[in-house]
Amino acid sequence: MKRYSVFAIAREAMRYHQGWEKAWRSPAPKASYDAIIIGAGGHGLATAYYLGKNFGITNVAVIEKGWLGGGNTGRNTTIIRSNYLQDPSAAIYNKALSLYEDLSQDLNYNVMFSPRGLLMLAQTHHEVRGYLRTVHANNLQGVKTEWIGPEKVKELVPIINIDGPRYPVLGALYQARGGTARHDAVAWGYARACSAMGMDIIQQTEVTGVRSENGVVKGVETTRGFIGCKKLGIVVAGHSGQVADMAGFRLPVESLALQALVSEPIKPCMDVVVMANTVHGYMSQSDKGEMVIGGGTDGFNNFTQRGSFHHIEETLRALVETFPMISRLKMLRQWGGIVDMTGDRSPIISKTPLGNCFINCGWGTGGFKAIPGSGWAMAELMAKGEPGPLAAEFNMWRFREGQFIDESVAAGVAH
Amino acid sequence: MLILECPYCGVKAEETELSPGGEAHLKRFGPGSSDEDFENYMFARKNPKGVHFERWRHSYGCGKWFLAARCTATLEVFGTYPAQTTEPPADIIDKIKAKRPDWKGYK
Amino acid sequence: MSTRLSKGGRLIDRTAPQEFTFNGKRLRGYRGDTLAAALLANDQMLVGRSFKYHRPRGIVASGAEEPNALVNMGEGGRFEPNQRTTTTELFDGLTCTSQNHWPSLEFDVGVVNNYAARFLPAGFYYKTFIHPRFAWKHVFEPVVRQSAGLGKVPKERDADRYEQAYAFCDILVVGGGIAGLQAALTAGRAGKRVWLVEQTAHWGGRAVVDGAEIDGQPAEAWVKSALQALEGMANVTIRSRCMAAGSYDHGYVLCDEKVADHTPGDGRPRHRLWRLRAGQIIAATGAIERPLSFAGNDIPGVMLASAVRDYVINWAVAPGDRTVVVTNNDDAYRTAIALKEAGLEVPVILDARASVTGDLPARARAMGIRVEAGRAIAKVKGGKRVTGVAICAQAGQGAVLEEIACDAVAMSGGWSPVVHLWSHCGGKLKWDDAQAQFTPDKARPPLNHDGSALVQTAGCASGVLATAEVLADATEAAGGGAVPAANGPAEAALEPIWVMPQGAPVQLRMKMWLDYQNDVKVSDVQLAAREGYTSVEHTKRYTTLGMATDQGKLSNINGLAVLADSLSSPIPQVGTTTFRPPYTPVTIGALAGEARGEIFQPLRRSPMHDWHLAQNAYMEPVGLWQRPYCYPRPGETHEQAVHREVRNTRSNVGLLDASTLGKIIVKGPDAGRFLDMLYTNVMSNLAIGKCRYGLMCNEQGFLSDDGVVARIDEDTWLCHTTSGGSDRIHAWMEDWLQCEWWDWQVYTANVTEQFAQIAVVGPNARKVLEKLGGMDVSKEALPFMTWADGVLGGFRVRAYRISFSGELSYEIAVPASEGRAFWDALVAVGAEFGMMPYGTEGLHVLRAEKGFIMIGDETDGTVIPQDLNLGWAISKKKDDYLGKRGQERPYLASPDRWKLVGLETLDGSVIQDGAYAPAPGFNANGQRNTQGRVTSTYFSPTLNKGIAMGLVKGGLSRLGEVIEMTKLDGTTQQVRIVDPVFYDKEGEKQNV
Repeated sequence: MKRYSVFAIAREAMRYHQGWEKAWRSPAPKASYDAIIIGAGGHGLATAYYLGKNFGITNVAVIEKGWLGGGNTGRNTTIIRSNYLQDPSAAIYNKALSLYEDLSQDLNYNVMFSPRGLLMLAQTHHEVRGYLRTVHANNLQGVKTEWIGPEKVKELVPIINIDGPRYPVLGALYQARGGTARHDAVAWGYARACSAMGMDIIQQTEVTGVRSENGVVKGVETTRGFIGCKKLGIVVAGHSGQVADMAGFRLPVESLALQALVSEPIKPCMDVVVMANTVHGYMSQSDKGEMVIGGGTDGFNNFTQRGSFHHIEETLRALVETFPMISRLKMLRQWGGIVDMTGDRSPIISKTPLGNCFINCGWGTGGFKAIPGSGWAMAELMAKGEPGPLAAEFNMWRFREGQFIDESVAAGVAH
Repeated sequence: MLILECPYCGVKAEETELSPGGEAHLKRFGPGSSDEDFENYMFARKNPKGVHFERWRHSYGCGKWFLAARCTATLEVFGTYPAQTTEPPADIIDKIKAKRPDWKGYK
Repeated sequence: MSTRLSKGGRLIDRTAPQEFTFNGKRLRGYRGDTLAAALLANDQMLVGRSFKYHRPRGIVASGAEEPNALVNMGEGGRFEPNQRTTTTELFDGLTCTSQNHWPSLEFDVGVVNNYAARFLPAGFYYKTFIHPRFAWKHVFEPVVRQSAGLGKVPKERDADRYEQAYAFCDILVVGGGIAGLQAALTAGRAGKRVWLVEQTAHWGGRAVVDGAEIDGQPAEAWVKSALQALEGMANVTIRSRCMAAGSYDHGYVLCDEKVADHTPGDGRPRHRLWRLRAGQIIAATGAIERPLSFAGNDIPGVMLASAVRDYVINWAVAPGDRTVVVTNNDDAYRTAIALKEAGLEVPVILDARASVTGDLPARARAMGIRVEAGRAIAKVKGGKRVTGVAICAQAGQGAVLEEIACDAVAMSGGWSPVVHLWSHCGGKLKWDDAQAQFTPDKARPPLNHDGSALVQTAGCASGVLATAEVLADATEAAGGGAVPAANGPAEAALEPIWVMPQGAPVQLRMKMWLDYQNDVKVSDVQLAAREGYTSVEHTKRYTTLGMATDQGKLSNINGLAVLADSLSSPIPQVGTTTFRPPYTPVTIGALAGEARGEIFQPLRRSPMHDWHLAQNAYMEPVGLWQRPYCYPRPGETHEQAVHREVRNTRSNVGLLDASTLGKIIVKGPDAGRFLDMLYTNVMSNLAIGKCRYGLMCNEQGFLSDDGVVARIDEDTWLCHTTSGGSDRIHAWMEDWLQCEWWDWQVYTANVTEQFAQIAVVGPNARKVLEKLGGMDVSKEALPFMTWADGVLGGFRVRAYRISFSGELSYEIAVPASEGRAFWDALVAVGAEFGMMPYGTEGLHVLRAEKGFIMIGDETDGTVIPQDLNLGWAISKKKDDYLGKRGQERPYLASPDRWKLVGLETLDGSVIQDGAYAPAPGFNANGQRNTQGRVTSTYFSPTLNKGIAMGLVKGGLSRLGEVIEMTKLDGTTQQVRIVDPVFYDKEGEKQNV
């Protein structure tokens, strides 16, 4: 892999950029691999990367039905934070945040991680108590968060309306380390690094079946034929149910649409990410200047990547109330993604009833921020065959036991 | 923005009048049931990419719960029917089979 | 230079001059002008700067596809960035400024990026700014952000209002060109309920500019008579200035009607957002002309050929004196002819096709215009304005054959159907080789709810361009009927030209713009392909092609053709990116509508709401209700007010508006059986006239609501729920009754809003009621946990002897319409007993002093009744209740669960809200172990010390033990585990 740097750009500029090599190879699949990951989204690619980096397993294929990074990795609102309430969540999201902080350097690819700070507004007394609880919990979890008053909120976000009238801002949970990153770059950076380690990223290839013998996985049937493997990781988000079905087990997962939108770009006006969960909306400003906006999920099973417009209207009403100046901006583009929601809205990183087959899914609305931590934990699970501490509590049997990891108790909504 | 016809009041209800209620025809398991049955009742969902039987309530209309057969990949609606049934009626099944010859059927 | 012609202009009214300013310059136009037309009429071709390189940008188009000519418009509360001048109607007094430059449009420092362009190819930022780690956030990102962005930031609250409306139709026709009009006529004559919307203020589309002939008359006349016919049909609604922004599933279409954009401040809503529900959609949305990719095609003065003739014919504006036309098709000859007819010079038409036949070229030649076949533009000369073109052979590598001076270039690379509405809901496209365009694949349309085709296209949107075919296609789309006759010149086939000249070297390709606003060039797309970003979505995201405010209307097809060529793949195999709503950007205020400020959400008001406000109550939102938190007196803080209210309630009497409490009647022969399933305890054996506290769990076993149930008669119970829970619990009851136990005879009614409920609480409560006079409220007649109907002070009431404070307490329900009068009567008689109202915070303190749990504080969705020592409210006799099986699961039945205790600090201070109790050691993830947390914590004015409830591992078995609790400053404090009932442990006060 030729390293990227300002010098490389200068060198290439002299020959009109004709000499850049491919960011990743497009190889034909081999007959078999030590490990196959289904799904070349952020989580799948990160899993492959850490299999190689942490465990030296590089005879790996990542098989992707469409184009890499084309699922939720490429259609989320890029928020990164780790101010979760429950211990297992805080642990994995904080691991992810720590990895994000060095990811550009680690991958030699600028993922534009921008720790610009993140606010979760409290607009009812009940929410104030909920976020105070989170601050106390975070302090014990080694996650640095703080509670700030409305004046400080206004200072950090001059365009905000803190006076209501319906839901005045009473304060906010503030995580200075939170922020955003360039979502596509995360997938591309991992893909480039995986390819450089000799892994095969096989795009435009759909898995059509999972082959097993005596309860142990042997490989996958694909649109390009059978590919053998010793270990299989299923990392396909919204389509987890379909792939699990091929592997012969059922998941506590439902697929719902989650929508987002951007405004036309304007000059910089907001330096932090703001989430307003009482009124259901969140907003940040991209480096391009677009206001990036999201809200809650649609309510019914859906695989269309389209949502219902009244959710967009609800989100925009909430945000016009919170940021009156956006009223005269224009919505440029809206879209939807398919999120996989589990019974407790927390992810699954788990062994499965099928031997040597592992699953990573159920990230719901919180997947992007988890990518490096999720890949790290999944790689450990696949390499060792047993979960490490980051993944241990996210096993798929917790539902039977009733051992929920329920984040909704604090925050209520997405992201 | 779905439209579903409420089988009780006959109104072609738009999504904003309705509340979704998840998978239909779940069998309740209470005290005395096995761990597996109870877990499946609570959590295991078919979540098909295709024909889905699901619950809806005409919340901002007549208030009745009803069931719908809908394709989650195209959002085509095959039919709606009252909630007081433990499995899809035959005419709905026939209609789906006519439109989706590859459909593996209910269950 | 660009100028206003002395004659002509279909759309302008020369008797109505309009003054406006651009960058402070006072300029003049006419009513009927677009802002772009008026700017051009004043020789203002340079209107902005591009996103990345800050290159000078001029007007390219005449409609919604314009990528460059965006301005900051208006002032104060009517300031709006990124207004597209080509679709902005001019009005007197309009002010606007150009965007994305500093210090001025003419001299922009940011243009330094242009000189460094060679070092800033697509995606350069992914490859650099990596080290050192802190530099991205603190150095590079701020520079990138400041350089990017377009318009300025609005500072003030929007001065306008927006309206939203619903409408329904059988057929929605989108587009007011001849295809749309013909489709609407056809459907209208067939008796369908038709809506016809057109995004501009004018009807007729391109046909009226291009001079087609329909039914033997000029298109303009036909359009006029078609409109008259449609206006005469009662079943047809027509709306201009109304843009169909997006089509959604099952025929939902969002239309943004610009009611008063051109008459700001006239009192009308600025926009009206139509939420249309259409049985079927006919997209007669036309086509958009494509630019050609030649070096310097972004220099101001290079425009779309169709736009050039729009400006000449519609607004009598000449974009240049000498215009070179460059094309790969016959249509652009119309522009040359129009220019010539307007008396302007066309030095040459460069036609990339090797042979030029067809009627239009023949006419152009006959008019004396020089036509050069097989020729291309090697390079456009000029900086802030075109000064000439260098001509080369299309077949070669760009060797210059000739240079021609000119001040404008009209280009045409063919047409792309506008398929957005077809594609939003999943309609598929197919590639038409002959016309080099993606057209709707009518075999794979977007589906309606019944599986039929939701959208049809008509006319140019279907990929047909000749007038006669357009009308035939539109008629068929609308169900068939008579097709008007039409004729026009025969046009020869176009030749797809994606790069000009064909063999252009990289030095030229680096100067060929695909996306003008985002500065994406042919070389950038080729670089993306070279680096492996070969999916069209990768290319888009890597280069930002098509991500500008025009969403690739001009650039997408050209870009993907270049990509396909780089990959040696056929174009259809590369495919398009996804079309997403809206078609053109929609003002967010219009989407938010009128729900702002006080009416941002529905407001639920108790009958006493106005009284609370008159008493200066500090209100808090509880769901959609607003409830008094406390009633501060002058000079009092909220905290002081709460303490006073609590003390007064304990010592005299307090008055609480409890109307928001949920009240659900459950009635029927099986009502008792049903409530036994719903509540953890038994309700069927409750005696008539008695009350019982009950708990409800979800099927997981987690506590979800609580409240007092009263048995009204043999088959009627009244269930009180929490204020926030009434709708949810009512829906929950209906769910079980309709979907599980549908053979049980039970009826429910949520009567929460039908009754006002007032709690009279405190040692003097009985005296107040006795003073009011009426029913016997003595201990004997109305003992604790009973209820009775009667009359108090002349009001018909139902009085419940229940208490959430531990005091002698009556909750009295009256019909909502009498609530305020009854409240006033209580206030009047209560004065002599020291009665004061108290709010929700006082309520919380009073209940916490008694150790009563609060749903939402002691519970959070993960707590079961057993955790809260409420085992006494869980029936051991019942086989089943909702949640029973869930509670049997190992984790819920575990003895290690955290259980309710009372907590108090050793020094009487208040434990912090949300505090956790750390336990020794750390878990495997390095997190501090915990053994409990606070759920409610208050200062008790009654006991004059801090009190708290919490969940602690081991629960009350650890009574007296001292543990640590966290503080926000990172330290901890010691707290003692105590009984959660802090006040009147024996419960004597409520039972007097």
